[in-house]
Amino acid sequence: MIPRHFFIALSILLAAVLAMSIYAWRMRGRAAATPVASVDTRPVVPPVAGATERVTLYVAYDDIGILRAQSAQIPMPSVRQERAEEVLRALIALYLDKTSPHPLPPGSDIRSVYLVDPGLAVIDVNAALADGHRSGVLAEELTVASLIQTLSANIPGILKMKILVEGKQRETLAGHADLSNFFDVSAVNQLTSQLQSTQ
Amino acid sequence: MPLISGPHEGTAAFGCLQLRSNTRVGLQLLFTIGTVLFLAVPLSAAPPEKHLSIYSTAANYSLPIVQRQGRDYVGLLELLEPLGTVSAKVDGQRWRLHYNNVLGEFTADKARARVQGRDADLSAKFILENGRGLVPLASLNSLLPRFLGGPATLHEQSNRLFIGSVATHFTASVASDDPSRLVFQFTAPVNPSVASEPGKVRLTFNHEPVTAPASPTLTFSSKLVPSATYSESGGAADITVTTTVPLLATFSNDGRTITLAPPKSQIAGNPAAKPPTPPAQSVPAVQPPTPPSAPRRYFAVVDASHGGADRGEALSASIAEKDVTVAFARLLRQELESRGIATLVLRDSDANLSLDDRAFFANTTHAAIYIALHAASSGHGVRLYTAMLPYADDEARGPFRSWPTAQSPSIPLSQAAVTSVAGMLKRIQVPVRTLTAPLRPLNNVITAAIAVEVAPPASDVSALNSPDYQQLIAGAVANGIVAIRSQLGAAP
Repeated sequence: MIPRHFFIALSILLAAVLAMSIYAWRMRGRAAATPVASVDTRPVVPPVAGATERVTLYVAYDDIGILRAQSAQIPMPSVRQERAEEVLRALIALYLDKTSPHPLPPGSDIRSVYLVDPGLAVIDVNAALADGHRSGVLAEELTVASLIQTLSANIPGILKMKILVEGKQRETLAGHADLSNFFDVSAVNQLTSQLQSTQ
Repeated sequence: MPLISGPHEGTAAFGCLQLRSNTRVGLQLLFTIGTVLFLAVPLSAAPPEKHLSIYSTAANYSLPIVQRQGRDYVGLLELLEPLGTVSAKVDGQRWRLHYNNVLGEFTADKARARVQGRDADLSAKFILENGRGLVPLASLNSLLPRFLGGPATLHEQSNRLFIGSVATHFTASVASDDPSRLVFQFTAPVNPSVASEPGKVRLTFNHEPVTAPASPTLTFSSKLVPSATYSESGGAADITVTTTVPLLATFSNDGRTITLAPPKSQIAGNPAAKPPTPPAQSVPAVQPPTPPSAPRRYFAVVDASHGGADRGEALSASIAEKDVTVAFARLLRQELESRGIATLVLRDSDANLSLDDRAFFANTTHAAIYIALHAASSGHGVRLYTAMLPYADDEARGPFRSWPTAQSPSIPLSQAAVTSVAGMLKRIQVPVRTLTAPLRPLNNVITAAIAVEVAPPASDVSALNSPDYQQLIAGAVANGIVAIRSQLGAAP
């Protein structure tokens, strides 16, 4: 005959196993229902070495179609080219945020910035940024002006800029903004002034 | 029944019989020869030789198409020869082709080839014939880009092959000051053969890469020249113009403009053919007297942006920017014409014009203002743009203008036009912004050039398709242009 206390212990254990099984089953269902976050295929950038500095980002706001200057504290390397890349990556990171006022396509990134003296900067963006960009004169112009104005405001001495996509020249960003020519930084400065008001 | 009674009679009778027999043989012989000749003529008449017309930046040429196993084939070496350095070598059943630095390997009776070490599938077997490599015509679309490193477009039905961006586009419009004159504007010089037949004039382009407008049938608001159709066949392109009067073709603008018009005597002798007095003549400032063969001078060129494969912004699941712009362009032309402003709509169909072509047409018409139309789903109201010129070196170019900054001298005039149009839009309570933009082809246009981007009045994007909303905006834009007409018309 099975002792009474042994029977009770076995029943409690069986009940615990059953409860654990139900709990695990429900957790599994909940995990399956949770959407998987899209995979970020961008290469992992090594941590930036350098002191944190205050930079000015020109951030686009789609709702009212303007560009606003905004300060940010980011680690800045000492090499000029790396500084240029970092400041633009900070801008792109802001646009990739969930609460972005000017969302860019997932995976958008700056591949490189080349600084060529005298006064030329070449911004090479990845295909994800251009291929998935919204079409429209103002929507594209805001992106272009934001990139160029942010770079020229933080890296002095740039007179003209060129935007490449995956290292190649493209006619337009998404059907409107012309990428085939060199941008005149002073003309973009004037455009930025226009884009800072809604009139 | 004949009786043979004597030798002479018998000889005569025999001679008569022999003669009849010879005649019968002769007739039979003649009949046989005639039958053979009758059958031989259609048999000996070879079917018309098919050929492939090839258009490229290097050369325009044609190649014979051969029929093998019921399919069309062309010699690959002969096709590539005018385009670069090419050589071929036969190695048993293999055929190796070098084009510049690209190696292609083909095997007789195999439908798979290798180009630059990568497989390339052909639509039918490769044929090696007396050392000559024949590839199926239908495979050229996929095979040629591997060798050339650029696009190749085959119009298989008409046997026309376009290598790279070489297409010549055209627009056709009836001169509003003379509805009997039909003016064709081409993006490159053309020299078609012109043939007249009752009720039709046919322009045949055997050597030019003329391509179709979006709609193969173009209709005109003219009783004398009601329509024109575009077709392609046998390696050539045809434009057939239907007409109720005989038409003569005249060429101008270095072969870029063809004007079809009735001879003067025809107009004089046919009162029905006399063109009505155009409303545009009430604007003497912009309608200087022009010779009958000269193309009409337009005051405004309205350009419906995008078109064809370039849909522009997807404004909603069912509304594409290219459709809104063309509808708006037609309304704007109507509004401008009703105010006495001669207007040319650059894209009046679903054609796709390159940005350079748009600037070319705007510049060659010598219009006083160029208006590009765009539509957007974001924001509200209307945004007006002038060109943001690209960076330019201060390099002296003598009398020539730099293409990227051709707009430079006209910027003040463009800004004045934008200010005038913005004022009219504000009057009707439409939110309006004026900006510069890196938006081609504004910077390539030599005259006043503006872009109008229409956004919905509220959050409902479908309002962009509303005729009432479009009419409201078009009316205000037209009023803005009219208000500055004297300033624009005085421009050099």
